[in-house]
Amino acid sequence: MLNEEIIIAGFGGQGVLSMGQTLGYAAMVEGKNVSWMPSYGPEMRGGTANCITIVSDSTISSPIVSRFDTGILLNQPSMEKFESRIKPGGIIVYESTNILHASERKDIGIYAIPAADAANKLNNVKVANMILLGAFLEKKPIISLDGVMEALKKVLPERYHNLLPINRQALEAGAELMRQAS
Amino acid sequence: MEQNEDIRLMKGNEAMAEAAIQAGMDAYFGYPITPQSEVLEYLTREMPNRNFLALQAESEVASINMVYGAAGAGARVMTSSSSPGWSLMQEGVSYIASAQLPCLLVNVNRGGPGLGTIQPSQGDYFQATKGGGHGDYRLLVLAPNSVQEMADFVFLGFELADKYRNPVLMLSDGAIGQMMEKVVFHKREINKIPKPWATTGKTPDRERSIITSLFIQPEKMEKVNLELLKKYDEIEKNEVRYEEIMTDDADYLLVAYGLSARISHKVVLLARERGLKVGLLRPITLWPFPAGVLNKLADKVKGMLVVELNAGQMIEDVKLAVNGKVKVEHYGRMGGIIPSPEDVEENFEKFIKTL
Repeated sequence: MLNEEIIIAGFGGQGVLSMGQTLGYAAMVEGKNVSWMPSYGPEMRGGTANCITIVSDSTISSPIVSRFDTGILLNQPSMEKFESRIKPGGIIVYESTNILHASERKDIGIYAIPAADAANKLNNVKVANMILLGAFLEKKPIISLDGVMEALKKVLPERYHNLLPINRQALEAGAELMRQAS
Repeated sequence: MEQNEDIRLMKGNEAMAEAAIQAGMDAYFGYPITPQSEVLEYLTREMPNRNFLALQAESEVASINMVYGAAGAGARVMTSSSSPGWSLMQEGVSYIASAQLPCLLVNVNRGGPGLGTIQPSQGDYFQATKGGGHGDYRLLVLAPNSVQEMADFVFLGFELADKYRNPVLMLSDGAIGQMMEKVVFHKREINKIPKPWATTGKTPDRERSIITSLFIQPEKMEKVNLELLKKYDEIEKNEVRYEEIMTDDADYLLVAYGLSARISHKVVLLARERGLKVGLLRPITLWPFPAGVLNKLADKVKGMLVVELNAGQMIEDVKLAVNGKVKVEHYGRMGGIIPSPEDVEENFEKFIKTL
């Protein structure tokens, strides 16, 4: 039975909170239970942001957990803060253009995704978060890319719907990078 | 998804605001404060297209007095704030309780005392349940533990307020207010009962309606006190609400509300994986308090651990309910720190070793 506890963390502006929201929305569209708990305190104001997103087939008990199945990490401080909190057998998907020192744990899967580089190639640095989301979903297909697109349609105001195709490309580019990294 | 259901992913604060509109709220008066500023933002955004008033007052003191006035005129009315702002409202809340006016009040609890922190806390339990303002009065206190309940308890809160002509307080916290979850809005009939006592202008066919909280003659004041007591008895008899999770075979009990109850639910699951039979009693109404069920559970469990995001407040009500039958202890964090389920589980296992 699905119960995926995910921490997404990075600098403010990297799309950390919106990645979690998109994932949550897509999971909801596909009929799953979901909780999304953002950091909204002083650490967020100091520049780093994180959110705990839980996707489950059953009722979600605590929306706040300290150990995670998956870490999607976008900067070095996040790697240092969260690498020890991934459950054995879990995974870290990290942004390898920004993070130079990754976890050296042997009991989890660690995947380097150069999302910022890949986003540059798509001429839109802002889709780096969708590249990481695509990479994560390639490794753990808890929801479909179609579900994510459905969610983006709802999350993005209509005036930004011209950006839907590039988000799709980003998700697919992320999936391809994960296939190469695995 | 079913056609007649409206399913959304929302923050607790937004769900509360949407529910208020759907519940036929006539007016909202408030003043922004983290972590509940989304309420006023959401209502202000929706106001042009939907039929209600949302007004940013000049302060919390003004907000609560606007609520007092609008409730007196028979409107379905609401305010929300967070701890320091909620403190500012207490004089008005006491007046409203005395004048027996229905309204929905919301405190999205943050860490204190003082200006404190913007992080989640349950430090306002005493203030919510024992009377934050002066005089012998009670608020009916609802404690949501999910975004869904942030919405559902708005409907329930307005109904209970009208039914008893009493202010209802929804006591939430920063985490439930800020987090997003799936929320379902069912199509529902909104019942607004007649309010013949409201001050809507005297007509020749009826007596004057008077709304006051001043009863200068002791005999009259005591009569009002007795009337209030009678009403509170009625509420205690009819409105106790709680949720039991895996209490049937429980050797030990966790008692927690709101966010703490969500964390404690996970603790129950973790402890059961380790072979410990633990249950959870979650008060949904903090007043009236589910003392009866706790007293019964005290006959079959070996001990109770009260989990709160404060220094130990609800534990006093649990101890009164249990009346010495079993050992009751408290575990909590303060200052906006949220314990992980593993933290609580570790402390629970320490606790049961003392039994």
